[in-house]
Amino acid sequence: MNPIITIDSVSKSYGTKVALNKVSFEINEGTILGLLGPNGAGKTTLIRIINQITIADEGKILFKGREIKTEDVISFGYLPEERGLYRKMKVGEQALYLSQLKGLNKKQALKELKYWFEKFEITSWWDKKVEELSKGMQQKVQFIISVLHRPSVLIFDEPFSGFDPINANIIKQELLEMKKNGTTIMLSTHNMASVEELCDEIVLINSAHNVLNGKVKDIKQQYKDNIFEIVFKGFVNYINIAHQSDYEILEAKQEDNYHIYKVKILNNNIKANNLLEAILSAGEIVSFKEILPSMDEIFIKVVQNTNYNYEKNTNNIV
Amino acid sequence: MKKIRIILFREYITRVRKKSFIIMTIIGPILMAALFVVPVLIATYEDDEVKTIAVVDSSKLFYQLLPETDKIKFKYLLNTSLIQAEKNIAQNNYYAVLYIPHNVLSNPIVTLSSPKQPSLHVRLHIISSLKSQIESFKLIKNNIDPEVLKSVKTDVKVGVVKLNDDGTREVKSSDLQMIVGFIAGLLIYMFIFMYSSQVMRGVIEEKTNRIVEVIISSVKPFQLMMGKILGIALVGLTQFFLWAVLTFTIVTISSSLIVKKDLMQKQSQIMNIMQKQNTVELKSENDIDISALASVFETINLIDFGVMIATFLFYFLFGYLMYSALFAAIGGAVDNEADTQQFMLPITIPLILSIVLMSNITSNPEGPIAFWLSLFPLTSPVVMMMRIPFGVSWIEFSISAFLLVATFILTTWIAGKIYKAGILLYGKKVTYSDLYKWLKYK
Repeated sequence: MNPIITIDSVSKSYGTKVALNKVSFEINEGTILGLLGPNGAGKTTLIRIINQITIADEGKILFKGREIKTEDVISFGYLPEERGLYRKMKVGEQALYLSQLKGLNKKQALKELKYWFEKFEITSWWDKKVEELSKGMQQKVQFIISVLHRPSVLIFDEPFSGFDPINANIIKQELLEMKKNGTTIMLSTHNMASVEELCDEIVLINSAHNVLNGKVKDIKQQYKDNIFEIVFKGFVNYINIAHQSDYEILEAKQEDNYHIYKVKILNNNIKANNLLEAILSAGEIVSFKEILPSMDEIFIKVVQNTNYNYEKNTNNIV
Repeated sequence: MKKIRIILFREYITRVRKKSFIIMTIIGPILMAALFVVPVLIATYEDDEVKTIAVVDSSKLFYQLLPETDKIKFKYLLNTSLIQAEKNIAQNNYYAVLYIPHNVLSNPIVTLSSPKQPSLHVRLHIISSLKSQIESFKLIKNNIDPEVLKSVKTDVKVGVVKLNDDGTREVKSSDLQMIVGFIAGLLIYMFIFMYSSQVMRGVIEEKTNRIVEVIISSVKPFQLMMGKILGIALVGLTQFFLWAVLTFTIVTISSSLIVKKDLMQKQSQIMNIMQKQNTVELKSENDIDISALASVFETINLIDFGVMIATFLFYFLFGYLMYSALFAAIGGAVDNEADTQQFMLPITIPLILSIVLMSNITSNPEGPIAFWLSLFPLTSPVVMMMRIPFGVSWIEFSISAFLLVATFILTTWIAGKIYKAGILLYGKKVTYSDLYKWLKYK
């Protein structure tokens, strides 16, 4: 994997408020990276710094190994968090104008717009004024404008806010399609379900720091609690792990003809195989799977943890 | 550059296509042409009617003494009371009844009763004729011959001759130059204000629409600002050009229809008056009229309108560019139009000052106030336009122009900084110290 964009210990403060504190990570070519973090963590500031809209106090942004230039950024597709359109302007005219600003000529722009408007089934909006569209409809137009020039890098700040589930899904499919074609995508979102669906890697920023960075799969492994779910069909014998100190049965319930157990392995030396062996005679096992934490849970856990640490640190200083 | 052009084009097209622009473009010249044409029209229509005014003279002093004109005749009612005269006003087709009380010499108050509102022209005529009659009665009473007084009265005129550096002489009349200066100064003021605040509103619109960040990711903030400023400048020039062409057309057409006829009438009137040697008072008034009219035409020929238009365009363009950059900076710094006040004030003071000092400047176009304000870039566009009709030396003009262009570059640089820092900032009330901080950003 080659990093296409490298964020190298970027810091930024506004007056006394530190927005970013030595944040570093890489975005690999052809992947989707999720930028996560609670409100006010510094995500939008970071995105603006990558886009050269805001200048970092310290640190640098590298694009393909060299320092990023404004021309590089202009070739990116960017959907900012604070996004809007000219209210009095017609949709088509406006889309044409904004794509010309991205460097497309009129003919190319018209061709691409036709393709996207047809794909999203919104050709009838062409001559409507933007103020006649709902917020979700405007978002669609904005999405089209940001991807129209087929950028190699796409940066989205909260792309799903304002979309209904159907449209959010359409956008997700488009993003996956673009990734397949080699586009690198970075998106910030609070929607953890979409992170699991889309993202290869994540960066979690909390209180101006990069507190968690890595592949989604690896992070899930890292934060797993060794919990397994076992489903038995029919009658279940006495489970002999119940009295062992290596296991803890967290939950046992019956649904129709199925018995569902959640078991946590307390001893790190014990593997899933040992557990399986131990319960093999208990009944007819129809399912045995490891329960991995959801991104939601990881998010909450990490943020709370780091908040706690920061508080402790500041208390020590005081 | 290409992106500035795309932005400029959008700014231009969306504004020129607006209904308000089209309406203003049509109404403006009509109003301006009306300024020229309507007074003439009114004068021609009002004069058509011959007005007979019945005079009830209790003092018995004025019989046959009030001067008449083509349109105003007096009928002296000797044995009629005021009440009777008023009662019969319609039936005798009088325009009004003038009542002169018996004690008019000591207490000069007369009444004019009429079913209609008597015209100003009629009232002024009555006032001036009664005044001169009463004055001459009083002179006689004090044993002064009115003819002597008339010969004592002296009317002094100053023929101003400007000596040029090359030794030629130019006859100057400053009245018309003053008017041209006034109009040019006001126009520049209006244009600068109108279009600069359009720039500001445009910037605020982009901010409140939240479109600005979308655009900033494709173009540099400076390009966006310049595209907007130049686009609106073109709108201003287009409007100015259309106004000039339309006004010229309307005035030419309407004057060929109306004014010619009127001028012929005026001329015949003047001839009539010249022949009427007995109405001395009126003759001398019209004398001045004629010479003034002649000198007006002379001065119109003296003012170089080519230079006027060229300097107007120069000062409009650079005055506008300088101010609109400042206005754009304000628009970038605030969230909504209500917050602009605190920053607008210091910027608009020089503009307003130059309008306030207008009469001072036009009455003394070479004075120190006029001189310094026409060099100071924030006031020079308006003040220099007031001075141009009187003639300004090339050196002064060049210094003023240089300072203006230099300030335009400076304000654009400052504005670019403030604009860049401000446009992405929402929900914060900006102070002057913030602006200062932004200037130091990279």
